Amino acid sequence: MSAVWITVIVVGLATIAIKAAGPLLVAVRTPPPRARSALEHLAPALLAALVVTQSLGGDNGGFTIDPRLAGLAAGAVALLLRAPLLLVITAAALTAALVRLIT
Amino acid sequence: MRRLPDAQPPEPARRGYLDGVRAAAPIGVAAVAFGVSFGVLARSAGMGRVAPVVMSLTTFGGSAQFAAASILGAGGGVVTAVVAAVLLNLRYGPIGLSTATALTGPWWQRALTAQLLVDESWAIAQRDDGRIDRHLLVGAGLLLLVGWTGGTAVGTFAGDLVADPESLGLDAAFPALFLALLWPQVGERSRLLAAVGGAAIALALMPFTGAGVPIVAASLACLVGARRS
Repeated sequence: MSAVWITVIVVGLATIAIKAAGPLLVAVRTPPPRARSALEHLAPALLAALVVTQSLGGDNGGFTIDPRLAGLAAGAVALLLRAPLLLVITAAALTAALVRLIT
Repeated sequence: MRRLPDAQPPEPARRGYLDGVRAAAPIGVAAVAFGVSFGVLARSAGMGRVAPVVMSLTTFGGSAQFAAASILGAGGGVVTAVVAAVLLNLRYGPIGLSTATALTGPWWQRALTAQLLVDESWAIAQRDDGRIDRHLLVGAGLLLLVGWTGGTAVGTFAGDLVADPESLGLDAAFPALFLALLWPQVGERSRLLAAVGGAAIALALMPFTGAGVPIVAASLACLVGARRS
């Protein structure tokens, strides 16, 4: 089998297992209240980490400052103005595209 | 839609699968565009036409797929490609944990629903209390899966015809989406603390670890929720 197909199959099986693990393991028993509360704090912790890595992450690890940051700032302004989600995303994309065009 | 009389207390809105599709539509455009660019990259990395599509359908995780394709294309070898991709997808461990209490039904149904988890579908399925709406997750996940896989197929066949998503600023759409979905969650002090902690852990690790590790480590910040309140 070719290297490509081995990669596709192994990564695919591993990802399927990783995604299923949480729901299959936890549902065995209802978690106690403090564990449950910790689980409910996973979302803000992971979302914040995604904001950071998706706006600053480089192609090969490390930091990259590029027009994504300007786009994120525009999105934040839109959020402060209570804009709906679609407008927030559009403002971020348009700003990043503009900055990329003029720099 | 039927309007409730004003006197009644507001019921928590019941969301259906279609609401998830609708909520994911704007970010779905970006998913298609990046699916196309994954198809183009995978093709030029020598992955052929079928393998990239199979990968989009089964792995269904953009960053891991981009990493694997570019490593294979650079002649990096199977082990390096697999390790990088799996490391990037390890975050679906904690992400899956956070959905565990929301998924119902027999084990195979929960396992199948969990396959629709990607950063964006999971983010869209957030309720303001930090829990997950299963209907939103399924609707958003299916739309993104179709868009991402369809985009990949288009990319492997006709990639040269499509503009680079970065020139359209679509790479900035993702952090903005995550910020917008984080926003209503941090009104409560302990959740704000978890968010600040998660961001700080990710920032601190990014210069030293491969991509993927910072996000997994950031999930430790959820432990602020385990303190006795």
